[in-house]
Formats: sequence, C-alpha cells, structure tokens
Amino acid sequence: MSDMTEMSGPVLAADGTPLKRSLNKALRRQKMRALLLISPLLLFIMVSFILPIADMLYRSVENKIVIETLPRSVKALADWDSASGELPQEAVYAAMAADLKDAAEAKTHTKVGTRLNYENPGMSSVFRKTGRKAKKFDLETGGPWKEALIEINEDWADPDVWRTIQTYSPPVTAGYFLNAVDMRVGSDGAEMRPESEQIYMNLLKRTLWMSLLITFSCIVLAYPVAWLLANLPTRQANLLMILVLLPFWTSLLVRTSAWKILLQQQGVINDILVWIGLVSDDARLVIINNQFGTIVAMTHILLPFMILPMYSVMQTIPPTYLRAAKSLGATDWTAFWRVYFPQTIPGIGAGSILVFILAIGYYITPALVGGTKGTFISNQIAFHISTSLNWGLASALGAILLAVVLVLYWAYDKIVGIDNVKLG
Amino acid sequence: MSKLPPYATTGQRIWHYTFLVICGVIFFFLIAPIAVVIPLSFNAENFFTFTPEMLRFDPEGYSLKHYRDFFSNPDWQSAMWNSIKIAPVATVISVSLGTLAAIGLSQPHVPARRAIMAILISPMIVPLIISAAGMYFFYSKINLAGTYWGVVLAHAALGIPFVIITVTATLVGFDRSLTRAAANMGADPVTTFFRVQMPLILPGVISGALFAFITSFDEVVVVIFVGSAKQQTLPWQMFTGLREQISPTILAVATILVGVSILLLTTLEILRRRSERLRGMSPG
Repeated sequence: MSDMTEMSGPVLAADGTPLKRSLNKALRRQKMRALLLISPLLLFIMVSFILPIADMLYRSVENKIVIETLPRSVKALADWDSASGELPQEAVYAAMAADLKDAAEAKTHTKVGTRLNYENPGMSSVFRKTGRKAKKFDLETGGPWKEALIEINEDWADPDVWRTIQTYSPPVTAGYFLNAVDMRVGSDGAEMRPESEQIYMNLLKRTLWMSLLITFSCIVLAYPVAWLLANLPTRQANLLMILVLLPFWTSLLVRTSAWKILLQQQGVINDILVWIGLVSDDARLVIINNQFGTIVAMTHILLPFMILPMYSVMQTIPPTYLRAAKSLGATDWTAFWRVYFPQTIPGIGAGSILVFILAIGYYITPALVGGTKGTFISNQIAFHISTSLNWGLASALGAILLAVVLVLYWAYDKIVGIDNVKLG
Repeated sequence: MSKLPPYATTGQRIWHYTFLVICGVIFFFLIAPIAVVIPLSFNAENFFTFTPEMLRFDPEGYSLKHYRDFFSNPDWQSAMWNSIKIAPVATVISVSLGTLAAIGLSQPHVPARRAIMAILISPMIVPLIISAAGMYFFYSKINLAGTYWGVVLAHAALGIPFVIITVTATLVGFDRSLTRAAANMGADPVTTFFRVQMPLILPGVISGALFAFITSFDEVVVVIFVGSAKQQTLPWQMFTGLREQISPTILAVATILVGVSILLLTTLEILRRRSERLRGMSPG
C-alpha cells in the first residue's frame, strides 16, 4: 500500500523537489539567461535607434512653442469666437503686448513667428516687426493696446492672424501632418490647400509610382538571370554569381558616380550613341537629372536584391516538374506559365517587397542623378531638416514614410519571415 | 539552363540562344557601369569619357595623376582617415553585442522572440533618411551630434541587423550537445564559449563583421546629418564632390573602393566554402 501512495505522488527530482517545479525553475533560468544575453544589445538599439525614431515621431506633433512664448495671450484668446469675424477684446491685445515684451527680451519672438509662418505665410514678419518695438512697451501706460499694436503692424487688425494663433496654441498639433498631406486648418476645420500649394501628396505619389516602376523593371531583369543561375551547374553558377555579387558589394556612391558619369551629355553612353550615328552630335540625349536617370541608376543598384531571393526560391524547384508537364503534353509556354511560374511567386514577392521598401526610402541616388523631377520624398525630408529648418514638417513627412515602410515590413514578415532573410 | 536536347525544334533553338543573349545583356548591365570606372580613372585628361588617345591604347592617354591627387589632397586624405577610424570601431561594437544577442536568440526558449527580432532588424528596414533625422534630433539633445562617438554609435546601430542575421543563421547549424559535452567535462560557460562555440561559429561572425564594416564604410546619409565637418568620411566627400565640383579624382577613389569590395567578396566566398566544407555540404 505504501508503495502505491509513493507511486501516485508527485514525481521528485534528485534533490527531493517535485520534478514539475524543478523543470519550471530550469526553464525560467534558461529564459533569464537568454534575455540576459540579448539585453545589452536591446538596450543599445533602444538608446541609439528606437529612442531617436520616437523622438522624431513626437516632434511631428509637438507644438509647445506657442503656449510657452505667448502664455497670457493663449489664455485670453481661449474664449474668443474666431467664427464671429470680429477682432478680439482689448484684454487679448494687452496680453499679447505683455507676452511680446517678454518674448522680445528673451529673443524668442522670431521663433514663434517662424513657427506660425508655416501655417499662415506672413506671420513671421508680423512678429518680427512688432517684436522690434516690443522691448520698449510700457505695460502700465502704453495702452490701449488694440490701437497701439494695430498702429505698429496693421495685420493685428486681421482676424485671420488671431485665428492662426488660437488654432495653433495647444501643445500638440496635427498641423504638420495636415501640412504634409497638403491640407491646412481653415476657418471651418481641415481643408485642402489651393492646387498651386499642393506639393507633398504629388511627391509621395511620384515616389510610390517610381518605386513601383523600379520594382517592376527589377522583376523583369532579375527573372531570366535568376532562372539561368538556378539551372546552371553549380560551378558555372558560382562564377556568374560573382557578376551579381560584385555590384551588391560595391559602394553605393561608386555605383551612383558611375551612372552620373555614364549618363552625362558628354558621357560614355552619349558618345557611343553619337559614334554609331543613332544620335547626332548636337542632339545628345538628356538622360540624367530627370526621372529616367533615377530609374536606370536605381534599377541597377537594387537589382541584386531581387536576383538573390528569386534565385534561392528557384533553386528549390525540381527541374523534373517542367519535364513532367511537357511529357504530359504541355507546350513550353504552358509548362512554364502553369507549372514553373506559380512556384516562383514567393521569390518574386519577397524580392519585390524588399526592393520596394529600399526604393521608397532612397535619398542619395535621386539626389545625385534625379535633378528636380526625379527626386523622392526623402529628398524633401532632407531639405526640411537642413535647409528650411522646418523640423516638424520633416518629422511628419518622415512619419508618413515610416508608416508605409512598416506596413510593407509587416507584410514581408508574414510572407517571408524576418528570420529567413539571407545575405550574400 | 541545361543543354539543349538533340530533338529541339528550330523555334526552341532560337529561343534558347535569344534567352542566353538576353541574360548576357543583363549581366553586362550589372557589371559594365562598375567596369567602366576603372579604365576611366587612369585618364590623363580631366574628362569623364574615353579620349581618342585612350581608345588607341596610347600610353600618353593614361596616367596615375588622379591617384596622385587622391593621395596628396588633404581633403581626401582626412576623409580616408576618418573612414578608417570610424568603420572598425563601429564594427567591433556591433559584432560584440550582436554575437552575444544572437547566441541568446538561438536558445530554445526565448520570450517574445519575434518582437525582439523585429526590433533588432529594424535599422535595416527603416529608410536611412528617417534614421538620420531621428538620430540628428535626438543626438543633438544629448550632445552627441557632431562628435566622433555619435557617428560610431549610429553606424554600430545600422550594422547590427547584418550581424544578427548572419550569426543566427550560422547558429542554426550549431550542435548544442557540444556545449553540454564541454560543460560535462568541467568547462565553465566562458571557456565553453571561447574554446568550443566561438571557433565553430567564427565564419558567420566574420561575415557578419564584414557586412557591418561595409555598412559603416559606405554609409553617407546618417553621417551627413549626425556628423560634423570633422567626421567627413570618404563617401561623404564623394557625395559633396559629385554634387558640387565633380573632379576626376572621384574615379580614382571609386576604383580603390571597387578593389576593397572585391577583397571583401573574396574573403566572404572563402569563408562560405570553408563552412560548407566543415558541414560536409560540399565535396570541394
């Protein structure tokens, strides 16, 4: 009997603890060890990469500058009805005068002017001109401020100026995002900008369209090459593979400069065309600094990223399938289209997503060979960071681009799995 | 493309050869732009096209003057040294942290493995301009923008996905009973790692390191934003050169860089063959 109870009780490990618990403990230790090994890198990536991206995303909606520079005016403007079409009360003007005096002393009035100028062109000069005089404001005796401010700059008598300040006073704004999709906050909610001011949606469309073209030309060029490589004997395939891998490993700048040199009007391609007589010397082709240049150069640069995944899929397809199809009476074309091609779709999908993701984020090549017509959204982001200094808009454009890429990344993960990415 | 069977019809024969020609043209498209740069870099004139002397193979048409310019011009020299100073340090950081994490990731029970993997691979997927913008804004806040370490940190982050991918791929073929055997014989985890595991996964680690190195060495976008003029690297100098006054010295630099990539490619190929031989996958 006592033997029986011992048998039915919990199974014990060597040290006397129940086996289940000691197994759990071991598993927990294993998990801890794995996490411990990963944590330094995770921490590193968090600090050096994820936090910067998060910071950028925050910047695309952040708008503390108005409320920090003009705290009194923002408070006084809160109960002004912008739809009434009337100017705000004297109290608002007085608050603005006080805010501007402080801002002019701290030299922050131009910054807030620049910020509001993104939303309503002209605001910058209103703040600059008024700020110049604001240091000498006597808050006790200078009033009434309504007349005083309007006298300094008549734009203070424009309800639109006040509406802009009121609309952009909250610390978080959708203004940059609206701007990035060619919209703005009008008197009754969001509205499209006039046709002539619509830039970014067209640019985004152009980026997507050109990336599609590049992806498509990569598919067309990669398919035969991948097929050839997959069906040659290993030794010859390895040799030809070098021709694919060398461009893959060559510096992006080298390849871009090669194209820049080849495509010039006095470059090698035009020289050859003139020499064979296809083109006359005074009508040399313009094939650089336009969309054509960008598409050719980027197709060349991204082609290996299409060939490699296609090749690795085609390698796994037994050649016997084609022979079987043919022996059952299929013509060459039917055998290819109905039997071989469907099996290569995963390779095409993987390569296409990869090439498309890389293409829409390209900056260097379009900047060098794209001129003005062949640039991408990345070039506009770079412009806003380093030239126009509108970091909020740059961040909003970046956030939109990032969203597109992340959706594609998710799709790539579903189709191929990030674990299955192969290099070289 | 296997050999044409003897019973092939004329149509099939024509298609077979047309197909080979098409493939030849595509291979030409792939390699020609790189190949053209090399002879042009020996041009004796400041032109970007072949001069009549060069086409006649007249020695007068060729010279090393662009190379001399590269090695004597202080701008190019400082750019070269900056590249040499930045890339290896970034590589060491990404390889050491990346290998450790890859070993952790290949353990049998890792919580949230997919999510962690997605985060670690993300620097490869996120467009460079976005990484550059974020890093520029954030590093300015913590006073890292415009410093050597700022650039190194940024480049190390960009190289990590490549290390993770190559090393985890190598670890798939690693026999875990070897570490157990080592532990059984009394080796502590550190000894096991350096004496047993490391030598076996070394090819994967080295190829990851090469990827990380070339990522940093070729990188332009992030260094332009995060770095300052003091960290101007070779690709950056090429970028400004191509944008402003395009000088033929760029061709010489490009040729040297092609040489570097051939070297890296060869190393990688040797490593690949070695690891295939070790796993008994290939007889040669």
